[in-house]
Amino acid sequence: MNIIEVQNITKDYSNHRALDDVSINIPKGCIFGLLGPNGAGKTSLIRIINQITGPDSGKVFFDGEPLGPKHISKIGYLPEERGLYKKMKVGEQLLYLAQLKGLTKNEAMEKLKIWFVKFDIKTWWDKSVSDLSKGMQQKVQFVSTVLHEPDLIILDEPFSGFDPINANLIRDEILELKQKGSTIIFSTHRMETVEELCDNIALIHRAKKVLDGPKMLIKEQFKTNTFFVEYRGLLNGFDQKYQLEKTIVLENDFLRTNIHLPATVTANELLTDLLPQVEIRAFGENIPTMSDIFMRAVNEIPEA
Amino acid sequence: MRNILLVIQREYMVRVKKKSFLIMTILAPVLFVGGYALVIWMAISSVDSKTVQVVDESGLFTDEFKDSESLKFSYVKGSIDSAKAQFKDSQANALVYIPANVIASPKSVRIYAPKNVSMELKSEIEKVIEKQIENIKLSEAGITHKILEDSRVNVSSETISLSEEGEKTSSSGAATIIGGICAFLIYMSVFIYGTQVMRGVTEEKTSRIVEVIISSVKPYQLMMGKIIGVALVGLTQFVLWIFLTVSLTALATTVLSSKMPKDSQQIQQEMGKMQKGMPASNMPGGNVDNPVAEVLGAVNSLNIPLIIGCFLFYYLGGYLFYSALFGAVGAAVDNDADTQQFMLPITLPIIFSFVFAQFVLRDPDGNLAFWTSMIPFTSPIIMMVRIPFGVPAWQIALSMVLLVLGFIGTIWIASRIYRVGILMYGKKVTYKELAKWIFYKV
Repeated sequence: MNIIEVQNITKDYSNHRALDDVSINIPKGCIFGLLGPNGAGKTSLIRIINQITGPDSGKVFFDGEPLGPKHISKIGYLPEERGLYKKMKVGEQLLYLAQLKGLTKNEAMEKLKIWFVKFDIKTWWDKSVSDLSKGMQQKVQFVSTVLHEPDLIILDEPFSGFDPINANLIRDEILELKQKGSTIIFSTHRMETVEELCDNIALIHRAKKVLDGPKMLIKEQFKTNTFFVEYRGLLNGFDQKYQLEKTIVLENDFLRTNIHLPATVTANELLTDLLPQVEIRAFGENIPTMSDIFMRAVNEIPEA
Repeated sequence: MRNILLVIQREYMVRVKKKSFLIMTILAPVLFVGGYALVIWMAISSVDSKTVQVVDESGLFTDEFKDSESLKFSYVKGSIDSAKAQFKDSQANALVYIPANVIASPKSVRIYAPKNVSMELKSEIEKVIEKQIENIKLSEAGITHKILEDSRVNVSSETISLSEEGEKTSSSGAATIIGGICAFLIYMSVFIYGTQVMRGVTEEKTSRIVEVIISSVKPYQLMMGKIIGVALVGLTQFVLWIFLTVSLTALATTVLSSKMPKDSQQIQQEMGKMQKGMPASNMPGGNVDNPVAEVLGAVNSLNIPLIIGCFLFYYLGGYLFYSALFGAVGAAVDNDADTQQFMLPITLPIIFSFVFAQFVLRDPDGNLAFWTSMIPFTSPIIMMVRIPFGVPAWQIALSMVLLVLGFIGTIWIASRIYRVGILMYGKKVTYKELAKWIFYKV
């Protein structure tokens, strides 16, 4: 079941095309990474899902229904450019934002109490936002994003501006929200976050979707059948059967070499060849990192 | 609908809770009434009497200087030199010397005083001398005091407006004052509250909260909520000002008159003078009809319910018309400093209407008056100037319809610019681009 289905969306601005026939499915309950270089069209897509703007053509479905005003309260949105009313008090501000998302004042009050205890920010209630540090403001904004317990949470670069301790806190909250059944869309170009958290990804480049699917499958797809081995000794004659890529010298005379296997040869065969020759310390397949995949996918697309 | 109410509530509460709002709301009436009361207080309490010695060599002024509450006169016999010598030891505040040939050379009158004498004292003394010389000269020419008195006539005409309902006493003076006040209030509030809308929009834009808000509220709702919220702030401030001014005036009057019960008559009179805007003492004596009563009578002759109704309509209409445009400007720029370039076309018609108002006051039924009271850019101010003078019903109706169409139009245009502008950052916008935004599909 998909919580969001984007079908053939195109969006033009006066002098450029922001999205070109983009279709993406976002399965319910996953953490979905929306990747792409700056200016690729991520924010445009997010704004369409948030109903801030509408597509020129194409459709969006939320939970199988055409996206409409009633879905607003089911979405929580943390934009990349954070902002709060500077002169408003933290408590009042959160109450207001929660009410705009459809909570009653009492409901909002109760939920806020829980979050204020959880984040240990009880003393902030009557503080003016301008008296808080940037990191503190981000925490407040995170609370406002998830307070109404939305089914879909859209986070645009959620960790920018957080120190490592608070970033961890937010990361744990995101995982907890996923446990509770929320779907989370991450828009980011921090690949380590994607590596760690995302189940599914889509990569947008130059207004087009170039890649999407479960992260594991994509990694599988980008594997190059290359293995690494750390060893002591010499790989005599290996370059006839295998393609040896770069070799690095490690400590204690150990070397590390990447070996590319022809399609017909298995890893087991390579190991059998290696065993009599060298002293093996470690062996494994080179799984491409998200960063590698990102770079490759983006570079494969020629400049328009 | 729920969301627009929430926005209105926030915009209203945030502004009403501000310290500057409280200070302005309380301070303005306090200063107004306080200044007023202070002037009256001074007028009442400055009655410490001064003594003036008179050396009258001409002998024409015996008993002509009458003691008043503030001035006591005493005549000194002998030469001016001895009088001057004695003056230093006496407690008198001034010494007036009238030479024997005063009629021939009136400029030879001298006032001696230890310090400079006040203008008031000087003119008082000069007045007495001038009047006496005038009298003497007139009687020399054979004109008696009686003839003189009779020749002073006071003309005060009443304007009677002829209408189907019959004759009605009207007062162009009162109409001018009421029209002017209404126009000024609308002018001020369009400026003050229109700019508040604009500031509010830029604040949301610069603080970047706007993207979060419009993921829950339609931009149109956000803009209208802000406009209505600020309008309510304005109304609240007006109501509080009127209430505070009235009750403070009542309080001040009670305090002042209880302090000096015997002078309460005078307070009334002083207030009357000030309300009339010109000192009653300038009028020829004996003919001071109660000016307050005159104004009140004239005011009663005006169609007060119509004026109040129209005032509310044009106040709100003018505000809606302009605040939408101010809001659009706020959305088109990145910060307050950039608003200037777009402000001019908006503020110009407002300022022009206020300038036109002066001419319309002189000729409330002329061509200029008619056209400027129809065009929505100027009608809120100009029509309010005309209404106290009486305007045909069809003109009022047409002007109102045009104003409603006008503000629907500006709100539509503003909301088109607004929805594009609030998400547009870091770009200097030109008028051409603004025009394009109106037709964008978002």
